[in-house]
Amino acid sequence: MNLGPHADFIVAAYVVTIFVIAALVAWVMLDYSAQRRILGDLEEHRITRRSQRKGQ
Amino acid sequence: MPVIDLANPSRVLVIVNRLLPWLVAVTIILFAIGLFRALNAPDDYQQGATVKIMFLHVPAAWLGMLGWVIMSISALGTLVWRHPLADVAGKAAAPIGAAFTFICLLTGSLWGRPTWGTYWVWDARLTSMLILLLLYLGVIALYWTAEEPGRGARAAAILSLVGAINLPIIKFSVDWWNTLHQPASVFRIGGSKIDPALLTPLLIMALAFTLLFVTLHLASMRNEILRRRVRSIRLLQAQKFAEVSA
Repeated sequence: MNLGPHADFIVAAYVVTIFVIAALVAWVMLDYSAQRRILGDLEEHRITRRSQRKGQ
Repeated sequence: MPVIDLANPSRVLVIVNRLLPWLVAVTIILFAIGLFRALNAPDDYQQGATVKIMFLHVPAAWLGMLGWVIMSISALGTLVWRHPLADVAGKAAAPIGAAFTFICLLTGSLWGRPTWGTYWVWDARLTSMLILLLLYLGVIALYWTAEEPGRGARAAAILSLVGAINLPIIKFSVDWWNTLHQPASVFRIGGSKIDPALLTPLLIMALAFTLLFVTLHLASMRNEILRRRVRSIRLLQAQKFAEVSA
């Protein structure tokens, strides 16, 4: 594949896009595991929401 | 099942958990096809190989605006019906929309230098897109810095509705003002002006980016629902502690 005289601009556009999307995906995944971990800790200490207790 | 049952946070969590693996798989497949077609697409007769930036820039621009449309609809849900899920959807869409708007501006700048001879020009399309990014940052700041989440949500909802004025300005800026940016060439009366050899990979990439947006939005909504559960448990904990101390 020949990207011509402006290859740097094309490669930079793809690299930046991949970087931003990777950062976004990583942030969403890390946030999910953090919230799950905090909820797990709270439930381990038998602290639940009122709505959960009603359902028990 | 009544539609209203779907608007229950616990139900949403179940649906999202079921949907996400499928969405991730289809998104990856579409990106693989789209990138293969994009990187092997022929050069444009005027722009040469730099046309390959279009496959990133155009979908990012569409999704930057779609993010704000989602936030505006969610804002109505927050302000009119005060539905907590509307607020969850709005808050989850903001960083994703901001990221796509940022990609659009950056790739546009990298495309502008070899084709226009400049990275940036203060013309109507570019400036209105930059305003969209600043509006996104404003909404994110309102959501994340408000001490009481309800107040932050209402303020963010109002800004989302006010900022929606910018969407038609972005869309029609190339028609209303004399700009360096080209007018609409994909969705226009009279059909697309792009050759099918370039249009097909563009549409595949747009579909892949849209599915990525949907996947990230649903995953972020799930995170936000969990975050609110954590907050309500902690408030309960603090309340118990205050009762014991009293």
